[in-house]
Amino acid sequence: MAKRDEYERLIRTEGPTIRENTQGFNQGRYESVARLDDYEALKEEARAIKEDAIERLPDLIDELRESVAENGGTLYVADDAADANEYVREVVADREAERVVKSKSMTTEEIEVNEALEADGVDVVETDLGEWVIQLADEAPSHIVGPAIHKSREGIADLLNDRFGPEPPLETAEELTEFARDQLGDLVESAEVGMTGANFVAADSGTMALVTSEGNARKTVAATDTHIAVAGVEKVVPSVADLSAFVELIGRSGTGQDITSYVSLLTPPVDSPVVDFGDDETPLSEHGNDRDFHLVLIDNGRLAMRDDDQLRETLYCIRCGACSNSCVNFQSVGGHAFGGETYSGGIGTGWEAGVEGLDSAAEFNDFCTGCTRCAPACPVKIDIPWINTVVRDRINRGADPERFDPLVDGLTPDAEGSQTDNSPATTEGGDGRPSLDKRFFGNFETVAKLGSATAPVSNWLADLGPNRWLMERVLGVDRRRELPQFRRETFREWAAGRGVADGVTATGSTDTDSRRVVVYPDLYTNHVQVGRGKATVRVLEALGCDVVVPDVRASGRAPFSQGMVATATDHAEDVVADLEPYVASGHDVVVIEPSDLAMIDREYEKLLGEGDRDALETVAECSYEALEYVYGLLEQTDADQTALVGADDRRDAAADPGVVYHSHCQQRTLGLDGHTVAVLERLGYDVTTTDVECCGMAGSFGYKADYYDVSMDAGAQLREQLDADENRDRVPVASGTSCLEQIDALLSRSPAHPIELLDPTSA
Amino acid sequence: MSTDTAVAKLDEVRVETHRIAPDEFTDTIAAVVDDSAVGVELADTVGVSLAETPVAVDPTPAALKAASTGVTRASLCVADYGTLVLPDDDRGTELVSLFVDHHVAVVRASDVVSDMETAFERFDDDLQEAIDGEDPRASRILATGPSATADMGDLVIGAHGPKRVTAVVLEE
Repeated sequence: MAKRDEYERLIRTEGPTIRENTQGFNQGRYESVARLDDYEALKEEARAIKEDAIERLPDLIDELRESVAENGGTLYVADDAADANEYVREVVADREAERVVKSKSMTTEEIEVNEALEADGVDVVETDLGEWVIQLADEAPSHIVGPAIHKSREGIADLLNDRFGPEPPLETAEELTEFARDQLGDLVESAEVGMTGANFVAADSGTMALVTSEGNARKTVAATDTHIAVAGVEKVVPSVADLSAFVELIGRSGTGQDITSYVSLLTPPVDSPVVDFGDDETPLSEHGNDRDFHLVLIDNGRLAMRDDDQLRETLYCIRCGACSNSCVNFQSVGGHAFGGETYSGGIGTGWEAGVEGLDSAAEFNDFCTGCTRCAPACPVKIDIPWINTVVRDRINRGADPERFDPLVDGLTPDAEGSQTDNSPATTEGGDGRPSLDKRFFGNFETVAKLGSATAPVSNWLADLGPNRWLMERVLGVDRRRELPQFRRETFREWAAGRGVADGVTATGSTDTDSRRVVVYPDLYTNHVQVGRGKATVRVLEALGCDVVVPDVRASGRAPFSQGMVATATDHAEDVVADLEPYVASGHDVVVIEPSDLAMIDREYEKLLGEGDRDALETVAECSYEALEYVYGLLEQTDADQTALVGADDRRDAAADPGVVYHSHCQQRTLGLDGHTVAVLERLGYDVTTTDVECCGMAGSFGYKADYYDVSMDAGAQLREQLDADENRDRVPVASGTSCLEQIDALLSRSPAHPIELLDPTSA
Repeated sequence: MSTDTAVAKLDEVRVETHRIAPDEFTDTIAAVVDDSAVGVELADTVGVSLAETPVAVDPTPAALKAASTGVTRASLCVADYGTLVLPDDDRGTELVSLFVDHHVAVVRASDVVSDMETAFERFDDDLQEAIDGEDPRASRILATGPSATADMGDLVIGAHGPKRVTAVVLEE
């Protein structure tokens, strides 16, 4: 359990400053993008530019090569890190440089150019203050934009005081900054070579954009006579006009600033005079401006990513850090845990898989729970959770390329590996099938069926001490988590007993005027949270719907979360095939569990082939989250809300302390959180809401022994909000199974699903 | 009105702004700059001269390093963002605007554009002009407020670049 200890340590040591910084950036992002006239259109524009650029990349590189040459510079495309470093070393050696000053660049971290130059005896100095701190501390960046966001002011003061011994010792952020500026100022002014990254490079003119705030990139270029810019090949865009959208998006997305202090639009070599700052005779205008410029574009696996249908999207990434900032797990542990060789955060998985390989991605890929809160934050609309799922699938399958094709696998109930396999547990995967814990969580459908069939014995057995110990050892289920209690009578069995479960006659409506509704018996509602299923049926019936609860397979969310894509695809095909006849005959589909609705609305599109797309579209179009559907009934039909509450004093609204609502992560990404609030308010509830991105439970994540502490760290923030003065007396309400479980574990008072508050028979 | 928006935005991003008529320029500059001020001549670019001001024009590098205020032109101002567009030229505009604690940027009201897209169109035009001319290069800095960092444990205004920025907007 070395991983668990390491994560626990990071939560304790680096977690607090990482959380403060990332949440600050994240909140800033929400506020900043809200100030745009049309944020969505701007993201679409940025996405389209990147799609086009990557599509035409080889041609654009050729065009850029000519532009740079016409400007008087040199473009070099390096195959890999060694190739790039060799070129850079030659340029530095030709200039006979003693010092290279650098502005922040993740790509130079990727190729480890500092080490290569230092081996030649060159003094390499990072000038971004955060990067300088990291260099002095001999640490790795913990965030792709804010490399030192894991270090507190006190920690930085200790570092600089120990290293330089200034008198009096440094203390405030102002003192630290002033000191660093003075130290670095002299080093920059006497350096020969300046090395920068490039956020974007326009092929038509050779103009590069550098996005910074401190002014160190400007000085790095202006004060030296040899400029080396290092960037991945994916940074090339067709034209200068394309830069506008990115300039408007990158600061807002990354650090929540409408624009950073400086965006340098350089068409190097730049025109500024080359000066010796000791010269007190020659005016600036009489200095020459003989400058060298080298643009080093790095392939290092990127062109292969371009040919990879699933990883290609990663190349659209503009490295803003929004996926890190919006991620509840990143907010707890930072990039030292949630990161690979170079890159961190959600999109880090794609970069590491493409640049370093699956082994590096496997180190941290499981931190992505698929909560999807990064997806709407990404300025180029990359489906980051999907990339994490794809990479997880590849890690599960290991090196056996045959297994990449689900058709080759055969679509068995557990297409990822044999259920009856009795070989010893493999915890690392890589043998061509998922690790045992992933298969356990991924096959939760089987577990749940067995659990209900044998309840309550299954629940007693599962809770027995020795069994919990064994589950932790073999399956990685943390002993500290309360396990779901399987219900002997499933939701479907209950519905059948009431005569509403008829799944056979899809067109067998008794009342032609009624809205006909399928309540989807998701896995948890069917086997564990049966009460919310019953409440949903009663609410819909009270609002005049004709409800059926047919036999439809589990959505496949569980295997999907474990990266078992073939198994999830098998579920997707069955679910769509099961639901499509109902929808075709006029039924709407109501889904209680948001993560299952997200499968239908968001994930199935990636899983299903062309042949199933039409059926999927039909089903997805008519599928609704439970409270979204109630909202629609109340707002758009003559459904009578007094059937739910009010008329007969089931609830005394005046004496009610109100509710505090925690929406589900995926529900928020689908834009469906507002419907629940609107319905509750319409029924007279006073509603407050939480703003943590995810409860931290995220399906199986919080059950896993390695991640229990991370999950509870996210949970602690949720608890803080739910127990805040204004919320302490309110009933906690949540839409997701995981959220309800997490809140139940966090609070002494029990949470409810919102549909239960509407249940006409609950009072 | 773009200039009103620009002034409001400049204020928001911590840039002190003076809207003046050209004949007020000399007095304004004298009031705004510190004792040791250097600058790049503006007469042929924005149409006002530093000649009668306390600003030492076209300084040596050592004088620049010793100075606390640098006066240069801004070729554009982007109203929506409060952004001053600084050209990187062979007279040292970039150096004088960067290696000082206090940068004073002089911009014509007629060079205030409303949004970023327009600023990029203007830059694209400049590049096209440069390509058609002898030298295909043109570089610009979009500067919004003073330099800043959050890397030292808290937000600090004034990192490597200027700590203070003043904009002088010349109304026609």
